Formats: sequence, structure tokens, C-alpha cells
Amino acid sequence: MSTAKAGREPFFSAKTKKLLLGPLNKENPITVQILGICSALAITVKLEPAVVMSISVIAVTAMSNLIISMLRNTIPPRIRIIVQLVVIAGLVILVDQVLKAYMYDVSKQLSVFVGLIITNCIIMGRLEAFAMANKPVDSFIDGIGNGLGYGLILIIVAFFRELLGSGTLYGYKVIPEGLYEMGYTDNGLMILPPAALIVVGIIIWVQRSKNPDLQEDN
Amino acid sequence: MEHLINIFVKAIFVENMIFAYFLGMCSYLAVSKTVQTSVGLGVAVVFVLGITVPVNYLIDNYLLKAGALSWLGEDFANVDLSFLSFIMFIAVIASIVQLVEMIIEKFSPTLYTSLGIFLPLIAVNCAILGGSLFMQERDYENIAEATVFGLGSGIGWFLAIVAIAAIREKIRYSNVPKPLRGLGITFIITGLMGIAFMSFMGIKL
Repeated sequence: MSTAKAGREPFFSAKTKKLLLGPLNKENPITVQILGICSALAITVKLEPAVVMSISVIAVTAMSNLIISMLRNTIPPRIRIIVQLVVIAGLVILVDQVLKAYMYDVSKQLSVFVGLIITNCIIMGRLEAFAMANKPVDSFIDGIGNGLGYGLILIIVAFFRELLGSGTLYGYKVIPEGLYEMGYTDNGLMILPPAALIVVGIIIWVQRSKNPDLQEDN
Repeated sequence: MEHLINIFVKAIFVENMIFAYFLGMCSYLAVSKTVQTSVGLGVAVVFVLGITVPVNYLIDNYLLKAGALSWLGEDFANVDLSFLSFIMFIAVIASIVQLVEMIIEKFSPTLYTSLGIFLPLIAVNCAILGGSLFMQERDYENIAEATVFGLGSGIGWFLAIVAIAAIREKIRYSNVPKPLRGLGITFIITGLMGIAFMSFMGIKL
């Protein structure tokens, strides 16, 4: 192994950049890898919970990738899923307690979805696909990258749903009163759960028409 | 009795795991290509939800909740272990899935082969953990309510995945715009189905 040489790699090499920025577009966990949709959609009615959720997921993916990658040579392959679940569950408990202590309102809005980070397929998927086979620093960056990719979609969806559904952004009114007087009304459908699916469908549509190599046959 | 039926119907239609909470979406999207496999996965989910929710109910009420340990004696009346619930629930789910797998393998090899790889996958299905967490959040009064809720949400999930699989089998013959094929159109159809399911809102028995 050429570990001596690899150790001298500059911090922002092309590889690191690919690990960090790849998941934002062509390897996006939600729209391309189909991971982590479960907990992603229910909390995108407003921007604030979406931002908090993204930060929590980034923290958990990055830390669990780092820890599992450091342990990867000592974990017996047969019980690796249990080890991974314990590490993830421990981190999620930490996140949950921090949210309860410092952002009680948001943690009430997120309700069970903080706990559901445990079964978020992004985390298990990245642990299996990346952290079990790569060095700690790379895994840490991969975790941050995938968390960011997840957060990006979450925030785009939440932006449109909050803007069109309640006329606000991050709680502030952005659509001028005059428009309402002229007969504009907020679209109630956007607040309801099905709208999230349709918005994600449209995001996938836009992304795939720009990247024809992502298109499926049927 | 009427109360139980009410919880059951609500869990299937009004608070459907897929259409109202998006739980279990990963396997819902990945396994819904044919009706046959989705029936297998759906049955397994009903089965596991019907067992794990009442078991987690017992654990929550007799071990974890604030004051739940008072049956051990005066000294334990103030112990609150609810911060451990995530790790306990996921451990219970993983071990029950393992147990169910062994029991089915022993008593019904045909069912075992037809469920195949889906059983172990269920341990990381968000719908299962979600069922237990909703049970905890909504504070059901007794174990019968928890069981009925677990079965109901499982059946709701089953209905949803079989319906989308049937639609996806048909849509193969339609001319969908290229970038929308596969994942994109499935998302949009699920959204439309969700809107249809919303007409059940407010149903009460």
C-alpha cells in the first residue's frame, strides 16, 4: 500500500472535491441514489424545520461515517449491521437531546422524524458503500457531501412549498399585501403532504433533462 | 370495540404511512416494479408491524417511560429512561425480525421462500420504526389499541405498495417523457394517489 504517499495528498485535491460536491448533483442521494426519502418529505412544509433537519442529518452522516471507518477493520462482518445501528442510534440520541435542549419548538415540529434519522437509508447506505472500505478522513468528507446533497433537495422543496403554500420564507412574509388585494391566494395544496412528492418529481424531471445519462428506460 | 375499529380505519386510510407520512418510501420505490414482489414485501411489513408495535408498547410502558419502573419498588418511581427509546426500539425491531425469520423458516418454508430477502430488509424500513415512534407519541391507552394501530398501519402500507406496483406495470405501455421515466413519474403518481387518499380525511366511525 502506498499510504506514505497518500498521506501527503493536499487537503483540497480533486478527489476530495469530488467526494464533497458529487452528491450535490450527479450522485445526489435523494434524486439519483433513491436513499433517505422516508424522512425527507414530511418536514418540508416550512424552511426552518427543513434546515434544522438537514444540519442534523449532515452531523449524523459525517460522524457515523468517521466512527465506522475508524472501526472498520475490527468489526466482524456478520454483526456489522448491528454495530452500525448502535453507532447511528447513539448519535441520533445526541442530536435529539441537543434539539430538545436548545430548539424545543422545532424539535416538537419534527416529532418522530428525528428518531427516524436512524433508519434513514442515506446513513446505512453510505456506511455500507463507503465507510466500510475507505479511510476515516475521506469517509468524513463523503458523509458531509451526502448530507449536503440531501439538505439541498430538502431546502429546495421547502422553499417552494413555503413560498407558494403560505407566502412566507423562513417565517417572514415575502409576498406583498397588494398582491393579495388583487386576488392572489396561497395555494393550500402546497401545505399538504402530496405536494412534496410532486415537487420532488419535478426536481427529478429538471435534473434528468439536463443530465441525459441519468435517464431510465421505463 | 367501536373505538378500536376507529383506530384501525384511521391507521389504514386517514393516516396512511405512505401517503400522509412518507414512511417506508425507500423500499416502496425500490420494490414496486411488479405486483408479485410487492405483495410479498407488503405481507412481511404487516406481519412485523403487528408484532413490534405491541412489544415496543410494553417496553415503553413498563421500562422506559417516566415512572414506568415503579413496579420495581418505591426507589424506581422517579426513573425516566425515555431517552433510551430509539436504541431500544431499533434493537427490538432488529431482533424480532430475526426471530420472525427463524419461526417462519421452521414452520412454513413455502412462505419463507416467497418472502425471501425482504424479511431482513424490513429491519431498516422506516415504516416499522415509525410505527413504534408514533405509538409512543400518541400515547395509546392499552395494548389492544397499540396492536390494532400496528396492524392497521401495516395494511395501509400494503395497500399503497400493491396499488403503485399495479400502476407501474400498466404505465410501461404509456409514452412518458424520457426524463420522467422511472423514478420521476412514480413520485408524481404517488403524489396524485396521496391527494385521492386525502378524501378519507375526517372519516370517523
